[in-house]
Amino acid sequence: MALDVLIVDDSSAIRKILMRVLAQTDLKLGDIFEAADGVDAIKILEANKVGLVLSDINMPNMDGLQLLTSVRSRPEWNGIPIIMITTEGNQAKVMEAVQLGAQGYVRKPFTAEQIKEKISSCLSSAGRAE
Amino acid sequence: MELGLTHDEIAAFIRVNTEKVFSMMLDLPLVASPAVVEGALANGEGGVIALVGFAGEWSGSGSIRCSDALACSISAKLLLTDFDCVNDEVLDAMGEIANMVVGNFKDDAADKLGLVGLSTPTVIYGNNFQARNFNGQTWTAVPFDCAGETFEVKISLVPSRILHETPCIPHR
Repeated sequence: MALDVLIVDDSSAIRKILMRVLAQTDLKLGDIFEAADGVDAIKILEANKVGLVLSDINMPNMDGLQLLTSVRSRPEWNGIPIIMITTEGNQAKVMEAVQLGAQGYVRKPFTAEQIKEKISSCLSSAGRAE
Repeated sequence: MELGLTHDEIAAFIRVNTEKVFSMMLDLPLVASPAVVEGALANGEGGVIALVGFAGEWSGSGSIRCSDALACSISAKLLLTDFDCVNDEVLDAMGEIANMVVGNFKDDAADKLGLVGLSTPTVIYGNNFQARNFNGQTWTAVPFDCAGETFEVKISLVPSRILHETPCIPHR
């Protein structure tokens, strides 16, 4: 079954880079959705069956930690792997993201390999074979 | 000025983090020139400037300033797309580069600065504009050579409580 992915970042440049990285993986991809903040992300999650979320933390309207909280509060979304990809390196924020249910955390700047490895390990942990 | 970091330490953090971002995201080698301390009012000839604000125990901003042509070259390396002129994609790319450089600077400096948050980036493009700092604080500026051109990364920081104690600058 194809994997639908949601990329959440207020920078269109980062969304474009992550789409490129996803295309380089061995994943069987379905739709790739883009959202500029947590509010848009929630709307996309409500309308689609997303299997992986890549999200920034610092965004306007609804940030990545608020998005994590919202997603984990909905039982139907509780199993969706979420990887935070962010400039935010504050240890308290990293811990908060993990406690809220993020499966992975990648600091910007990143290499394509770092993203691919993190996606692979998160999907393996979630029981989804590549 | 009371400063948790010396200008030399700020310059070192700028160098390390700018080189890291350009190496990992752009695969562009940089050559840093010696840092300079600039006055509050920085002269400019135009181009693109991307600013990220600091807020919390310390206030200020970090910026990257470069020519139109270099902004297009940097964005082209980041997005693997050619750009003939500065457009929304170039401005967004430059904002994200500034966000990564200043964000990583903030984390490296966290031991001395305490809790500091970042604004989302603001990017300005035009001719003959000047960037003025608040309250007369200086900038620590590091020029870099990149792809035959020069760009500059600058940081200005001041303890927030000093700002609160200082009267506003009157309108002219």
